[in-house]
Amino acid sequence: MENGFSSPRSESFPAGLRVLVVDDDPTWLKILEKMLKKCAYEVTTCHLAREALKLLRERKDGYDIVISDVNMPDMDGFKLLEHVGLEMDLPVIMMSVDGETSKVMKGVQHGACDYLLKPIRMKELRNIWQHVFRKKIHEIRDIEHENIDIIQMSRNGSDLSDDGHMYCVEDYNSKKRKDFDKNDDKDFSDHSTKKHRVVWSVDLHQKFVKAVNQIGFDKVGPKKILDLMNVPWLTRENVASHLQKYRLYLSRLQKENDLKASFGGIKHSDFPPKDPAASYGHQSSISLNQNDVANGYQFCGSNFIAQDADTKNHEGDLKIVSEMTEIKRALTTDVSDLQKARSSQSFGPSFASLETEESYPAFDSTNPPEFSWSENTETQVKKELKPHPQLEDGYSQLPPHGPKPQIQMNQLQSDPAVTSALSMTGRDISGSIEIKPLFTELKSKHVSHVSPTESAIDTFPVQTKSQLINHQSFEPISTVISSMKPQGFNLSITDLESCQRNLTSSDPNFAPINEDLTVWLKGDYYSMNFGQSIDFIDYDDPGFLAEVPFYLYDPLTADFQCPIDSTTECPIVDQGLFIA
Amino acid sequence: MERIQMRRQLALMRQSFFDQGFLDEQFIQLEELQDDANPNFVEEVVTLYYRDSSRLILNIDQALERNPLDFNKLDNYMHQFKGSSTSIGAKKVKAECTQFREYCKAGNSEGKKDKLGPWRQHVAQGIDGRGQKKKQDLTWQNIVIDKSKIHTFNHQKNGCPSGITMFWFSM
Repeated sequence: MENGFSSPRSESFPAGLRVLVVDDDPTWLKILEKMLKKCAYEVTTCHLAREALKLLRERKDGYDIVISDVNMPDMDGFKLLEHVGLEMDLPVIMMSVDGETSKVMKGVQHGACDYLLKPIRMKELRNIWQHVFRKKIHEIRDIEHENIDIIQMSRNGSDLSDDGHMYCVEDYNSKKRKDFDKNDDKDFSDHSTKKHRVVWSVDLHQKFVKAVNQIGFDKVGPKKILDLMNVPWLTRENVASHLQKYRLYLSRLQKENDLKASFGGIKHSDFPPKDPAASYGHQSSISLNQNDVANGYQFCGSNFIAQDADTKNHEGDLKIVSEMTEIKRALTTDVSDLQKARSSQSFGPSFASLETEESYPAFDSTNPPEFSWSENTETQVKKELKPHPQLEDGYSQLPPHGPKPQIQMNQLQSDPAVTSALSMTGRDISGSIEIKPLFTELKSKHVSHVSPTESAIDTFPVQTKSQLINHQSFEPISTVISSMKPQGFNLSITDLESCQRNLTSSDPNFAPINEDLTVWLKGDYYSMNFGQSIDFIDYDDPGFLAEVPFYLYDPLTADFQCPIDSTTECPIVDQGLFIA
Repeated sequence: MERIQMRRQLALMRQSFFDQGFLDEQFIQLEELQDDANPNFVEEVVTLYYRDSSRLILNIDQALERNPLDFNKLDNYMHQFKGSSTSIGAKKVKAECTQFREYCKAGNSEGKKDKLGPWRQHVAQGIDGRGQKKKQDLTWQNIVIDKSKIHTFNHQKNGCPSGITMFWFSM
C-alpha cells in the first residue's frame, strides 16, 4: 500500500465526511442527523429513496457514504443499495430495527458495507468512515490488478517483449498510484474523499456497448474497448470498472429472470457440474434459450440487436440442456459469451471494487477462474440459475446481454457473493421489469393487477403489495368516517399544536365511536387524516413510479399518463441503462 | 418556588417512566444529544414521533377494521411503528409492537382477532370503559389530555423539554 494512503491525509479526516441519510421515519432522520453532526460529519437527509438517488446522481462526487433504512415505502432499501453500488459505487450502510439474520445476510448480499441495528448509538456512527477508507484502499488494489491484467493480456496476444512491457506497466502502475495519491492529497485536505469519477452519459455508454459488440464478448477487454471507443480522456480503469458494472448488470438481469422462472421443472442434476467445460454447457443452455428468445424480442436499442448478432456466433459449441424451459429465454443471452470471454479475461480488478470486498478473496490472486469453478460449480451453478425470474413479453425491454463471466466468477465465491454480484447488476432489469407492472397498476389502479407482476421480481412484490395496500386502505376510510362517534374529550385535541393542526375544534361530524383506536378521533380529524391518507397514498403512487428505474423517473413522474406501449418503453430503458 | 417544585415533580416522573419500563436508554441518548445548538432537541424529536405515530396508529386501526385481517399489512405497519418507537426509546410500545407482530406472524388464521382484541384494548382504551385503567394502559385518550397539560406546562417552564416528552411516550 502506498504510504500516503495508510493514514489519513489531513488531521481532520474523518471529519467532514459527507453522509447521505435515507429513512422514511422522520424521527429517525432527525436523530441520525443530529448524531452525525455531532461526529463532525456533513449530513444530508432525505426520506425517500428516489430522492436520495436523485441527489446522488446530481452530484456524483457529492457524498462519501450512504446510510439507508431497509424498509421504505417507495423503494426497498436493498434495491437502493444496489443502485448506489452500481451507479456510484459508494459504501452503503443499512439500518433496521429488525436484526434477523436473513435480513442482515440479504444486506450483505446486496453489497452493504455494514448493517446497523436500531436503536443506533453514537459510537456506531463514529466509525462509519472506515468503510469509506476501505473502499479507497480497494480502489488502489483495483488498479494494481488491472495492471497485472495488462501484463497478462499483452503476453497472451502481443509481440511486445516482456521487459518492455513490464516497464510500461510499472510506469503505468506508479503513475496511477501517484495520481491516486495526489487525488487523495487534495481530496482529504478538502475534507472530501472524492474520486475522479467518470460520468457515463448515454452517448458514452452507447459507444462503450458498441465497442463491446464489435469486439465480441469472448474477446472483450478494457484496453480493446478503450481503443475502439476512441475517447481520449477516458482511461483504461474507467472502462474496466464500467465493464465490470455492465457485466454485473447483465448477470443481475439473468439472475432476476431466472428467479421467476418456473425453475422447479428444471432438474439440477441434469447439469453436469464436474468440470468447467460441462459447466459451460450448463450455462450455455440458458444462454441458447435466451438467445432464441432475445432475438425475438423487439429491442429498441440498436446495441442490443448488435449484441444479438454477436452472441449468436458463440452458440456453436455450446450444448443445450434441454430441461431449461422457454421461460429462461427472457434472460440475457450472453452467458455463453461470458464463458468464452472468461477464458481470455482476467477478472482481478472487477471484483475488488464490489462492495463486499471480503467476498472476493480469490481476486487478489487473479487465479484463472476455471480452477475454482470446478470446485464449486455444482452448488454455485444451481444457485445462480435459481433466481432467474420468468420474464414474459412484458419485459421485452431487457437487453439480451447475458451476464458476463462475472457470473461464474461469482460462483467462485461464497453464495452470498454470488447473489450480491448478480443482484447488483440486476438493478436495471428490476427497474425495467417494474415498468410493466407499474404501468399496469397505473392503468387500472386496481389492486388485482398487482398480483401477476408480483411474480416478477423478488423485491418487487413487497413494493407492489404496499402500494396495493395503500390503495386499499383508501376505501375503508370512508366507511370509518361514517361510523365514528362523537367524543367530548376530543375537543382537547384541538388545543394541541401537533398533527392536529388541521383540526377545527368546533365541529363536529362526530361519528359514533367503536372501541377501536378511532376513539379519540372526530370527524374532522378523520377528514384531516383522510387527507393525510390521501396524501400518503398519492405519495405512494409516485413512489410506485419510483420503482421504475430512476432513469425513467424524469420522464415518468410528469404524470401518470405514461405511454405504456412497448415502443416508448424501450428508449426509456435504453436511456436508463446508460445513466451510470 | 413553583418552578423548583415542578422540576422536582418532573424529575420524579421522568424517573418513574424509566422504572416502569416505559422508557429505555435510547431516551437518555436523545437527552444527551441535546445541546446549545439544539436546545429543544428532545421535544422536537418527540413531536415528530408523535405526529408520525398517530398517522401510523390510524392506519393500523383502519387495517384492524377490515375483515378478514390483512396480517401482512398489519405486520408492516407494526414494523414501522416499532422502528419509530425505538427512536425515542418507547420501550413498552416497542414491546407491544413486537408482540403484535408475533400475532400477525402466527396468524393468518381465524382466531387471531381475539388475540388482537386485548392488544387494542391495551393501547387504545375504549371509551366505553372497557379495559382497566391500569397505569400502563395509558391510552391515547390520556395522552391527548396530557398533551394539553403539557402545553401549559411548557409555558410555565421553559427549559425543561423533557417534561413534555415524558407525557408523550407514555402509552
